[in-house]
Amino acid sequence: MKTKKLTVLALTIAVAMILSYLESMIPAFVAIPGIKMGLANIAVVFALYKLGWKEAAGVSLLRVVLVSLLFGHLASFFYSFAGAVLSLLGMILLKKTERFSEVAVSVTGGVLHNVGQIAMACILLETDVVRFYLPFLILSGTLAGVVIGVAAAILVRRVKVEV
Amino acid sequence: MADRKKLLFDAGLILFFLLAALALYLGLAAGRESGGWAVVRVDGEVTGRYSLSENGTYPLNGGSNILVIEDGQAWLSDADCPDKLCVQQGRVRYTGQVITCLPNRLTVTIEGGEDSGVDIIVG
Repeated sequence: MKTKKLTVLALTIAVAMILSYLESMIPAFVAIPGIKMGLANIAVVFALYKLGWKEAAGVSLLRVVLVSLLFGHLASFFYSFAGAVLSLLGMILLKKTERFSEVAVSVTGGVLHNVGQIAMACILLETDVVRFYLPFLILSGTLAGVVIGVAAAILVRRVKVEV
Repeated sequence: MADRKKLLFDAGLILFFLLAALALYLGLAAGRESGGWAVVRVDGEVTGRYSLSENGTYPLNGGSNILVIEDGQAWLSDADCPDKLCVQQGRVRYTGQVITCLPNRLTVTIEGGEDSGVDIIVG
């Protein structure tokens, strides 16, 4: 891996962690677990478009591990990890179709992150009742995904890095 | 223009998610009926069943969460976790509704309107 690419990748992971930390300081404004902005997905979408899908996966999964170690607990790690994996798969596949912009990719990522978390909660809590949150999580994932996607699209166009 | 086409695909996908959320919400809301029991689970294990027809205050899971039942509704009045999302989730009364406390891995589910015959009450 070229030194420049390695540096940009490391910087993107650092940005993703800072965004996660910033987001953790915003108090939860809705009483449904799992609803959040997903600010860190800006860095993941950026990596997906600028660096490639493997690098995006690296940014997302390393972020989850590092943030859980620094600010989270074990349960939050499993929820985030399941969400991140599902979200990555969806975003990578959707980007490969080349039919959609960063906004749709980010929306899919947001929704699937929430779906992955709920699925993990169903497994860990051994109950399927958390599915009652699903409509609200899909709605919030879509809305947050649009905002994050627009931000990511602007970054992808404005930030000039050739790697 | 390629970008305009992408915009159309984007809008379609967003609409799809919004409709999916609405359909799920309506589907889940349709099967709603007043429940008879507040069933408490910790780590997926049932640790207590409380009748909604009896008012009372019950400490759950060694006191980590406080369950209150009044006028056929159940809610958590306090919790030892920092975010207290379960307290903010408010009151539940319909079958299938649930209050979740992820930090304590505890759920309170409203179940079946009828007497189940067996009522294990564990404090």
